[in-house]
Amino acid sequence: MENRSNNFIAAAQIAIHDADLQTAVSFGTHSGFSKRQAAMFADGEEHGQAMRQQAAAIKRHGLNHLPDLLEQAEANMQANGIQVLWAVDSAEANQHVLEIAQRHNVQSVVKSKSMVTEETGLNHALEAASIEVLETDLGEYIVQLGEETPSHIVVPIVHKTKESIRDLLIEKANMPPTDDTEAMARFARETLRQRFLAADMGISGGNFILAETGSICLVSNEGNARLTTSLPRVHVALVGIEKVIATVADYATLTQVLPRSATGQTMTVYTHLINGPRQPDETDGPEHVYVIFVDNGRSDIYNTDYVEALACIRCGACLNGCPVYQATGGHAYGWVYPGPIGAVITPLLTGLENASPLPYASSLCGMCKAVCPVDIDIPRMLLDLRHDLVEMGKGGTVWNAGMKAWALGTKSPTIFNLGGHAAALARHIMPKSLPGPLKGWTDYRTSPKFAPKSFRQLWQERTGEADEQS
Amino acid sequence: MVERESPQGKRVSLFVTCMVDMLYPDTGMSVVDVLTHLGVEVDFPMGQTCCGQPAFNAGYRQEARQVAIQFLKAFKDAAVIVTPSGSCGAMVRHEYPRLFADDPLWGDEARRLANITWEFTEFIVDGLGITDLNGRLPTPQTIAFHDSCHGLRLLGLKQASRALVGNLENATIVEWDNSETCCGFGGLFSVKMADVSGAMLAKKIDHIEQSEADAIITGDVSCLTHMNNGLQKQGKRPRVKHIADLLAEGIRDGKSVE
Repeated sequence: MENRSNNFIAAAQIAIHDADLQTAVSFGTHSGFSKRQAAMFADGEEHGQAMRQQAAAIKRHGLNHLPDLLEQAEANMQANGIQVLWAVDSAEANQHVLEIAQRHNVQSVVKSKSMVTEETGLNHALEAASIEVLETDLGEYIVQLGEETPSHIVVPIVHKTKESIRDLLIEKANMPPTDDTEAMARFARETLRQRFLAADMGISGGNFILAETGSICLVSNEGNARLTTSLPRVHVALVGIEKVIATVADYATLTQVLPRSATGQTMTVYTHLINGPRQPDETDGPEHVYVIFVDNGRSDIYNTDYVEALACIRCGACLNGCPVYQATGGHAYGWVYPGPIGAVITPLLTGLENASPLPYASSLCGMCKAVCPVDIDIPRMLLDLRHDLVEMGKGGTVWNAGMKAWALGTKSPTIFNLGGHAAALARHIMPKSLPGPLKGWTDYRTSPKFAPKSFRQLWQERTGEADEQS
Repeated sequence: MVERESPQGKRVSLFVTCMVDMLYPDTGMSVVDVLTHLGVEVDFPMGQTCCGQPAFNAGYRQEARQVAIQFLKAFKDAAVIVTPSGSCGAMVRHEYPRLFADDPLWGDEARRLANITWEFTEFIVDGLGITDLNGRLPTPQTIAFHDSCHGLRLLGLKQASRALVGNLENATIVEWDNSETCCGFGGLFSVKMADVSGAMLAKKIDHIEQSEADAIITGDVSCLTHMNNGLQKQGKRPRVKHIADLLAEGIRDGKSVE
């Protein structure tokens, strides 16, 4: 997918003034956030925090042993009859899928939700090869109808109101007019069912890969993932290499925090542990199962201080909790992953120079870390990325000069105090609108007012202490 | 976190913060008044300027270090540092050890000062073990809290301010569902991403307006400035107050004798 992250500030401003988006995103994020709080702490704060820390330790253990676990997963999958492929980048991942499609004479594809295929732009690659592809997650189906991209990791259409979804279904899918959401869902379900039955290939993502058993784990609520992975002759799962975990016991922990964090459920409606193609004594399931492990920049992060970004289990809790995401929605972030985690992994996976505003798209309030089910220190990484930008010389000339001057004045108490005196004298002539980069402040707030006497002056007057500076 | 040595009975060096120094000197005096009321000896190292957070958060670590070194010099004789800011406190406590991690010259001093730095309410409640200042507000007030993000999530501050205010006569605490929501300040964020920050502020102001509280109490003058100057810009009543000012108001008269 093309990266438009450098356009964040302009895109955010448009989003802030989009009334429909504001209504939809505000409702969706607040609902997601409060459901998460309720589910995570249903058995008390301590229990919820303990689950988070256990999950965090499991993902970090997985990352510490990633190369070994990937090999173990591959061996166990192959023993189960799953064919394993590796893709270093988007092009190779898509190429693998096209070759599999050709090998099995695939004309039509159904997909269940997968963010990694958004990264690789798989749908476009399939369409370019004249293969029909249909998204079957309800949200993704609507995204596809609207020729949009998902604006949220878990709720792809969180930016859309019920009315805009209705209009889209009427216009693009010939839905009989209705205002009833259940009727809309039933219409989509009936439309999709025919396509499931006709599809040659099902494509899914993977929430976890269990190295110990070679299983692909998927969680879903709509049943579309089950149909996608069991009806068509061929099932292909594309998963990021960071998705591998060690054991079934690890999965038991992670499956407790993922639904709670994502949708506020104790568990999802469907949980799939896919161990391989249909066996001779089985009545259904695909004839062929492929897993494509996608790197696409991940191993470049692996040996850096940013490795913990790979612990993300894509629950979306940090999006729902983030006041910036709440204000802008997801599209402003410009690439596949929005919100706080997107502000970290977009620069890491696509290049910092291609996403330079994102590390600054945060007030550093820390909500993202607080709600993260695996305790990823997103604010720390945002700060480190800002430092990287400055080191790359991408701080901006005004900021570079400003910071140098500020440090020069502030590291010396004498100059600092003179500056304070000057500001105090100038307090009556503070303009209503500040100049240059400070103008943004006075667009929304009045100018700060300096006091006639600084604290240190008051202190000296009170104590009679001389101005001795060290 | 390393178990910290009790600050009881020690002289306190006040780190007033650059914003309080220049914009809210009376709040600094409130801190001194409350601490003095509790029998704490307070000094003010004149060499202090700023903790360096503005540069640090903007990614300018070289500049942040230069300013932070001045902090280390200014507080070289400190036994306990108290600051009326969760944000500046968190900078010293959490970021200084990182900023000077491999520094042979300043590393030890950075770690020492990180360990003796306390946010104002944290110092009184957790450090001194005092929750009742025996104070009384001149008139009845309903109080809601804005838990400033860095204090809340980096220092775990929430209960200390409530305990202190809850024990003031004439203070009624009202909880609201917006106490933990960022006001959108974020330092340079408010300038660099002015529209996003402004949108966050607008939501905060809506909640403040809907709240029945007479005053919103916070532990950071940065958030306070953001909210009050935002309210002012919209022609609304600035009603965000620093916790030190409220407590100082409370100790001017003692509790009434029953």
